[in-house]
Amino acid sequence: MSSSRDQILARVRAALDPLPERAPLPDWDRELVRLRTQAPPTDLWTQFAERLTNVNGTPLTDVAALVALLEANGWTHGYCDPALWPELQPAFPDSITVETAFDRSRVDDYAFGITAVTGAIAETGTLILGDLTTSRRLAALTPWTHVAVVRRAQIHPDIPSAIAAFPDDPNLVWVTGPSKTADVEGILVEGVHGPGCQVALLLG
Amino acid sequence: MPTQALDTFAAHLSADRQQAVRANVTRAHDRRTAILFDQLGDPDALRRAAGAIKQHVVENLDTLLPAAEARLQANGVQVHWASTPTEACAAVHGIMTARGATKAVKSKTMVSEEIELNPYLEARGIDVVETDLGEFIVQIDGDHPSHIIAPIVHKNRREIATSFERHGLGDYNDEPEVITRRARAHLRQKYLQADVGITGGNFLSVESGRLVLVTNEGNARFCLAATKCHIAIIGIEKLVPRDRDLGALLNLLARSATGQQITVYTEFVAGPHASGQVDGPEEMHVVLVDNGRTEALASDCREILRCIRCGACMNVCPVYRQASGHAYRSVYPGPVGAVLTPLLAGKQFPAYADLPKASSLCGACNEVCPVDIPIPDLLLRLRDRGKREGAPAAKVGTPPMGAWALLASQPTAWKAALAGGAVINHLPTKLLPIPALQSWTSTRTLPEWRGGHFRKWMKSRPQPQA
Repeated sequence: MSSSRDQILARVRAALDPLPERAPLPDWDRELVRLRTQAPPTDLWTQFAERLTNVNGTPLTDVAALVALLEANGWTHGYCDPALWPELQPAFPDSITVETAFDRSRVDDYAFGITAVTGAIAETGTLILGDLTTSRRLAALTPWTHVAVVRRAQIHPDIPSAIAAFPDDPNLVWVTGPSKTADVEGILVEGVHGPGCQVALLLG
Repeated sequence: MPTQALDTFAAHLSADRQQAVRANVTRAHDRRTAILFDQLGDPDALRRAAGAIKQHVVENLDTLLPAAEARLQANGVQVHWASTPTEACAAVHGIMTARGATKAVKSKTMVSEEIELNPYLEARGIDVVETDLGEFIVQIDGDHPSHIIAPIVHKNRREIATSFERHGLGDYNDEPEVITRRARAHLRQKYLQADVGITGGNFLSVESGRLVLVTNEGNARFCLAATKCHIAIIGIEKLVPRDRDLGALLNLLARSATGQQITVYTEFVAGPHASGQVDGPEEMHVVLVDNGRTEALASDCREILRCIRCGACMNVCPVYRQASGHAYRSVYPGPVGAVLTPLLAGKQFPAYADLPKASSLCGACNEVCPVDIPIPDLLLRLRDRGKREGAPAAKVGTPPMGAWALLASQPTAWKAALAGGAVINHLPTKLLPIPALQSWTSTRTLPEWRGGHFRKWMKSRPQPQA
């Protein structure tokens, strides 16, 4: 008896062989996905920040603003990617404690997680996380607040250019705002399984 | 006259439920229209382009499937093929058994509903938990999703709060925020304890082997961050040729489904986790499922395999809005379901031959479809098939047309009937013992007969001036 693979492929061939011709692969026009409402050409961070704000995300441009946000909400304990901590530590007060190792048996102990991105997309306000740049997948996902550190040169203008620049990484996650659902009566609730507060911190 | 099963279901639907469905899907449809036309210059041209990409995939599966398999294997992914639901379930169970795995968390996947994976695994002692909030509620209620994007569109918050209380998730509280927080706390422990994460897949790029998963809640992400083994179950039609084609499809999917520019999470998975990354699967499997798709491919309705499962056709459909998803008695409701269900049913086609008739052929489903599937045409082809195969379900609710056909095919009889038609104006039509007429006139008034004058008018009409 032949394998399921061979049987499926044989059925596919039998279904397609009678076709006189096959539909060609279209070379579709990139202009079709260009936003009509494209803002006048400002810098990419400005456009990114505006879009992120539209989806209830929080763009910040300095560490002091981040510290103020954490303190104002009582988020006093969290995780930081060990590679980023030396850059951030000088601005952090003693009242906020930070671990640079993430313990999955205590996911609810971390009010925030700070990790680096591998890119961002201006037209959608999207942060791009990758296995090679995100120190821990869980640390960017389980805390209520995720702080993604973005560098200006990492921002792509739109979706097609971000796809064209896909890094060689087995796991890329495009994050556009806080986790959300509308499953209950169509009412929007943020913070379902992932962060309820999504911060993008521009550094350097 | 007997009515169609779908009509009967709709007639018995509670006002509460019908109101919930109608309000929700109407809102989703309005959001979709607004965002597509506000943001894009020519959304119609974009959906035609997306349709052409997917039609290319459908008509080239013979070369694309082996190419996708080779690419996945090169990425370190194990590929499994399943002709039937049982084979697909056995593949998943086999992977779990080989790892000694007993606990699975699951992100929303319609194909797993198709193959009835949960009961299969549960019967073999596997603890499987749905993690999408809507699907989780469906699971604890022993219910079925009634919409492919909004599985509990038919439930209100009071029903959900009651289910949570019964399931030991706190005292009765019907605040959507409280319900969501309780699910968050409950489910994160499930993810962290699970051995495998099961997902579907929205797209699979043949070029790179990247599997694309879109969610808003972050549950697919959590499945792939907490577990050590990822099993993705996808239909064989989910391929896209190149990564760049995702640029067209991702720009349409979320806008069409939920009225968002893009979903909160779009994940591109090309294999097991990177070395150096502590979290995430060390093993990845893709199960390619046929389950009737090759039969659809061989039919004259193969365009339905373009479908990217956005749900826009159900949101706009006047029949879905009235009847709700469960009326379709299958995993895929609405216009797409009316085409897909009978096709995927294979030998069981006659049992679903009534579904293609659950449409007024208004064409709205085609108009909103992000891959431009000519659903009304496909419905007509399936009606024809039902008639040819003599499926009893295809006949229910159809008035006998034999007498009309006889009349219309004899010119003399036809002329005589038209000339004498005026007599109907003087008859008590509501009392005539013709079931089809009675059913029609029970909610409508027959207009005055004014026929029989066309030929006379044609002969003596004023000639156009040269």
